[in-house]
Amino acid sequence: MSQTMIINTPQKPWKLTPKQLLPDLLGAIFTVAATFAIVAISPLKGKLGFALTLITMSILVSTAVSWIRQDRKAAMNSTTTVLVYIAAAFVIIPLTSVLYEIVRLGAPSLSFNMFTNDMSQTASEAPLTEGGLLHAVVGTAYIVTFATLLSTPIGILTALYIVEVKGRFAGLVRFFVQAMSGVPSIVAGLFIFAVWMIQLGNSYSGLAGGLALTVLMIPTVARTSEEVLKLIPADLREAGLALGATQWRTVAMVVIPAAKSGLITAVILGIARVVGETAPLLLTLGGADALNLNPTQGNMSAFPYYVWKNLLLGSENAVSRAWQGVFILMVLVLIFFALARYFGAAKGAPK
Amino acid sequence: MSQTLIGPKATPRPRVITTEPRFTDKVFRVVVTSGGMISLVLLGLIGFFLVFNGFEAMRNAGLSFLTGFDWVDAIPEENQPASYGIGAMLYGTMVTGILAMIMGVPVAVGTALFLSYYAPEWLKKPMVVVVDVMAAIPSIVYGLWGYFVLMPHAEYWAKLIHKYFGFIPFFDMPAPVFTRSPFIAGLVLAIMITPIVTAIAREVFAQTPLERIQAAYALGATKWSMIKAVVIPYGRGGVIGGAMLGLGRALGETVAVYTVLNLVYDIRIEILLSAGGSVASMIVNKFGEADPVELQALMAAGFVLFLVTLAVNFLANTIINKTARE
Repeated sequence: MSQTMIINTPQKPWKLTPKQLLPDLLGAIFTVAATFAIVAISPLKGKLGFALTLITMSILVSTAVSWIRQDRKAAMNSTTTVLVYIAAAFVIIPLTSVLYEIVRLGAPSLSFNMFTNDMSQTASEAPLTEGGLLHAVVGTAYIVTFATLLSTPIGILTALYIVEVKGRFAGLVRFFVQAMSGVPSIVAGLFIFAVWMIQLGNSYSGLAGGLALTVLMIPTVARTSEEVLKLIPADLREAGLALGATQWRTVAMVVIPAAKSGLITAVILGIARVVGETAPLLLTLGGADALNLNPTQGNMSAFPYYVWKNLLLGSENAVSRAWQGVFILMVLVLIFFALARYFGAAKGAPK
Repeated sequence: MSQTLIGPKATPRPRVITTEPRFTDKVFRVVVTSGGMISLVLLGLIGFFLVFNGFEAMRNAGLSFLTGFDWVDAIPEENQPASYGIGAMLYGTMVTGILAMIMGVPVAVGTALFLSYYAPEWLKKPMVVVVDVMAAIPSIVYGLWGYFVLMPHAEYWAKLIHKYFGFIPFFDMPAPVFTRSPFIAGLVLAIMITPIVTAIAREVFAQTPLERIQAAYALGATKWSMIKAVVIPYGRGGVIGGAMLGLGRALGETVAVYTVLNLVYDIRIEILLSAGGSVASMIVNKFGEADPVELQALMAAGFVLFLVTLAVNFLANTIINKTARE
């Protein structure tokens, strides 16, 4: 039983042959070699000199190669291609550096007793084996919980107003929510200070911090929820209404369940946005070194506040504590970020 | 025994057909509408309470609150009245914001072009994640990193710039202190606004009509000619809007600027010098020891900052929305 099968290998006529790639390859080798040569003989030195020469040389060489092989237009194209790649590289460098330094400076001194102690009995200058940031853990937990509990209903109601009710002011609300997401965080802090402390006479507390973060969290939740609700097909709503359901029933039983994972994403993105906010907390928390379990009264701390305080103290161990705090803060942010992506990927929610 | 009589009176009435929403729907609408209005009200309240608390300071200082250079507390023993002006800080805020735009926007637009038209498929997704993570990093992290990691490098760069371009007034140097300058603050802010501008620019580029792109290629355009002829004219408005959104973010940034900028109540054009201003950072700086009178001045400063960022954001969103709709 001899059966011949003919399998056509896919053809890719657009793919460059090795011969066509050769000039590019030679150009790249030449660029690197020339850069080394220039750095070696000229007064330029160090990483900066190398980077600058490499950038200049790669632009010059690729432009020259294209010009010689083709024309001015191709040369222009090569120049911009190199520039665009360099721009993308410039974006990666700071992020890599930030993450690398956080791990390098924050991770080694981590220990378990950090999470069981506060700083009430410990000076910031003390060795890192003493003291801890339990008070900041508790503070952040309280503050973020408050902000989430307050901003989730408001944010989702705002989105429902824009997408479902489509009231007379829908456009206006949408526009103002957009503008609100640009309100500087320090202004939110001043606002809560003006109302909560000056007008209502309360003192610093975790609740005040939570209120300040609520102002910042509402626009994120509202805007993401709005995008999510817009993705729910109109067919679903019409089906609900056609079955005789009221609008309320349709929204509660059809639209919201369909958008559930997206709405969760919205809330998590909101949390990720505010968990690291520092400026409003500086005006509302009062800062504390001791564990404070009462969120409505007494000075409170939080991760950003803890980092800030130790950064300003400036001694070696204090700065190490700041890096520790930043490390944990960053882990938190990345966890929320990953969760948002996970829930977002579940049902094609945005981002 | 009593009997229930079914008389002519009990015939069912014809059903009234109406578009009037039912009771539950009315409640639903009222609840959702009031929920939706909270953001509007909140924004109004922010403005109101800042004005309310800062009014005294603004009235006392008059226009010089915006143009004045000094921030002096009252000293009763020497009979010296308080004098509060945010002119220098406002100027400094603008300088760092503009520097951030000059450094950040080209990189952001380049990255957006890269993601939209240049990046190989396998690189696109990780690159988008990189930009998103950058946007998610809290400003205190950028502050710490900027101070301990970036500043030593940036100081060296500033020295080089001064050495080779010192003849330009902006890069001149009256005193050799290169740390905590507007240049470094602008650099940190540029890194912070890049993800926002990239995201908006990418969104706008993605809306470029495919037919026009294909038409350009069919006419023999190179990638760059296509971008120049189709993508940039189409997305220009959106990119400008995105850049302004970034500017708004940069103007209101507090903590990251505070760590890498030396606040000096003076107007200087030398951007490499360790002297700059930022309204937001000044508020944090002065808040700790502020007496009630100074607090009013800080509230007024906050109100000015609020108005400026709101105006920039309004303008930016209007431009973006207009571009998106076309």
